[in-house]
Amino acid sequence: MTAQLLSCRALTRRFGGLVALDGLDLTVEKGSVLGLIGPNGSGKTTFFNVLTGIFPASAGEIRFDGAEVTNSSPQGIYRIGIARTFQRSRLCLPLSIFDNLMVGNHRHLPHGLWFNLVRREALRRKVEKSFAAARDLLHIFDPKLSERLLEPAAGIPMIDRRRVEVCRALISRPKLLLLDEPSAGMTHDETLRLMDDILKVQQQLELTIVLIEHEMSVIGRITQRCVVLNYGRKIAEGTFAEVSRDALVRQAYLGLE
Amino acid sequence: MKPAALGASATVVLSLAVTAFAWFFLRVQSQGAIALLIALAVAAFVLVARAKPLRLDAAPERLTGGLAIAGVATLALLLREDDFSLLLVARVLIVIVACLGLNVQFGYAGVVNFAGASFFGIGGYTAAVLSRSTGMPHLLTLLCGGAAAALSGTVLLLPVLRTRGHYAALVTIAFALLFRTFLEVNDTLGGPQGLKIPELSIGPWHFNDPVAIGWFEGSFYLRYVLLALLLAVLFFALVQRLERSFIGIAFDAVRLDETAARSFGLDVARWKIAAFTLGNFITGVAGALSAFLIGFIAPNSYSFAESLILVSILLLGGIGNPWGLSLATAIVILLPEKLQVIQEYRFLLFAAMVIVILLFRPAGLIPRPLRRLAGSGARP
Repeated sequence: MTAQLLSCRALTRRFGGLVALDGLDLTVEKGSVLGLIGPNGSGKTTFFNVLTGIFPASAGEIRFDGAEVTNSSPQGIYRIGIARTFQRSRLCLPLSIFDNLMVGNHRHLPHGLWFNLVRREALRRKVEKSFAAARDLLHIFDPKLSERLLEPAAGIPMIDRRRVEVCRALISRPKLLLLDEPSAGMTHDETLRLMDDILKVQQQLELTIVLIEHEMSVIGRITQRCVVLNYGRKIAEGTFAEVSRDALVRQAYLGLE
Repeated sequence: MKPAALGASATVVLSLAVTAFAWFFLRVQSQGAIALLIALAVAAFVLVARAKPLRLDAAPERLTGGLAIAGVATLALLLREDDFSLLLVARVLIVIVACLGLNVQFGYAGVVNFAGASFFGIGGYTAAVLSRSTGMPHLLTLLCGGAAAALSGTVLLLPVLRTRGHYAALVTIAFALLFRTFLEVNDTLGGPQGLKIPELSIGPWHFNDPVAIGWFEGSFYLRYVLLALLLAVLFFALVQRLERSFIGIAFDAVRLDETAARSFGLDVARWKIAAFTLGNFITGVAGALSAFLIGFIAPNSYSFAESLILVSILLLGGIGNPWGLSLATAIVILLPEKLQVIQEYRFLLFAAMVIVILLFRPAGLIPRPLRRLAGSGARP
C-alpha cells in the first residue's frame, strides 16, 4: 500500500446554521490524482478553503505528510508544500506574467532588505535564475506563452491566464496541488490540453493532485479515485466508473426519478 | 535611429526645455505671463504625452536621472540670489521625499495613509526638540525624526493590521485630527505658537550663512537646496530599488489580492507594517529637514488638509511612480505660490485637478510602467 500524503478525519465547517462540510473523511495517496465532484454548493471549494487555512475548521482533523496541520495559517500551509489555484482567476492583472509567477514562488525567494537593496549583483543572478525557471515551466504548457513573460497578465486570453495560474501554483514545487475547477471559462479541448500538460509536470515533480471539476470526461480521464460530495457529506468514493454507477450519485446529480 | 538613442536625445532636449521653463516660471512675476506659461506647459505636456514616436520610454533611466539632477542643480545656480525661488525649490524637493514615503505605503503595499502630514510633523518636532535641548549632530536629528515617525506609525497601525478593508485608513484619519489638537494644547511643544529651531549645521557648514565660494556668491538657501536634492536623490533611488526587487513584487501582491497573497505564503500584516514603517521613516526625515528649512514649526502646517494634499499628489502623478509624483509635487507646490489668484482656492483647485485627472488620465500624469527586474531577460 502506498503512503498517505493527506488525510482528513471528520472535517466539519459550519457557517452559522449551514453545515458546508459535514464530517468529511478523506485520504489522498502520494502521487495520485483524486477527483472531487458534486453538485454546486456541495462543499468542494469550502473543503479547499478549510484545507488551505482560509477558513478555520469547525471540527475534525487534517494530517499532511505525517504532521497535523488543522487550522494552520494559509502561509503555513503553503510553506509545507500545498499550493492551489482559484475557481475564479486571481492573478494580479496589472503585473507582468513573470511577477505573478514570482508571487507563487514566494517561499524560495530572498526578501531581506539588505539583499534586495544593496546586493544588486546577487539579486540580478537570482532574478536570472528565477526567470529561466519560470520560462522552462511555462514552456511545458505553451512555448509561445513562455516568450511573453514580461507582458502584463491583463493582456492575455483566459486559457493563458489559467496556465499562468497553474504555473504560479507549481513553481514553488509543492507536494500537493489543489486545482479548483480549472476548466471554468475554457473549451473542452483547451481543458483536455491543460490537463495533459499538468499530468506531464506531475510525473516530473512526483506531485499529488486534488482536482475539483465539473467536466466528467476530464475526471474520468485523469483521476485514479473520486470522492463525491453532496450537502457537505461524502456520498460515494471509488474509481470514476464505480461512482458514476452509484445510485446515490445519480440521484444527487439528476434528482429522484 | 534606434529607439534607445532616439529616446535619449529626446530626453536631453526635454530636460533642457523643462529646466529653462522652470527658471522662467520661478522668475516671472507678472500674473498674466504666469498664466501664459501655465497654458504653454499644459499644451506641451499634452503634445509630449502623445508623441509616442519620440520613444521617451526607451531612454536609459540613468540618463534621465542624471539629467534631472543636473537640471535642478543648474536651476539652483541660475536662481543664485533669489531667496524666495530657492526656498520654493527646496520645498518641492522636500515634499517629493515625503511623497516617496507615502508612495511606498499607498502605491506599493496599498496601505492608505491619510496622516502623511502628521508623520511629516513628527519628524519636524523631533528634530526641533532634539536640536533645541541636546547637542546631537544635526544630521543625526534628521534620522531621529525619521525614526520617531516610523515608530509612532508602527504603534498606531499594529492593532488594526489584522482587519481588512478601510479600518487602517480610518485610523490614520483619526490620528491626523488628533495629532494637530495634541500639538495645540501641548505647552512643551510650544502650543499653537510652535517652536523656533536653531540653525542647521552639518560639520563645518552653517546653513544660514550666505554662500561664498571664490567669486561665486549666492543665497544661503543654496545649501538647503543641495541637501534636499541629496536626500531626494537618495530616497528616490532607494524607493526605485525597492520596487524593482522581490520586495516590490511582494508589496504589489499584498495590494492587489490579499487572499491570493496569503495562499502563497505572504504574511500580509507583516508586509503592510513593513511598508508603513519604511514609508513613515522617509516622510519623517523629510519633515525634519523641512523644519530646519523654515526655522520654525507650528501645528498649522500639519493639518489633515495638508495630508490630503500629499495623497492628491500621488493620485495626480501616477500611483506608484516616483517620476510622476515628482512632477505632481512641483505642480502642486509651485502653482498656488506663483499664481496668487488661486492661493485662496487652492484646495478647491487640487480637488478639481484630481477629479479631472481621474476622469481623463486615471493612471495619473505619468502612469507607473510595468516592472522590469534587472536580469529578467533581454530588452525587446
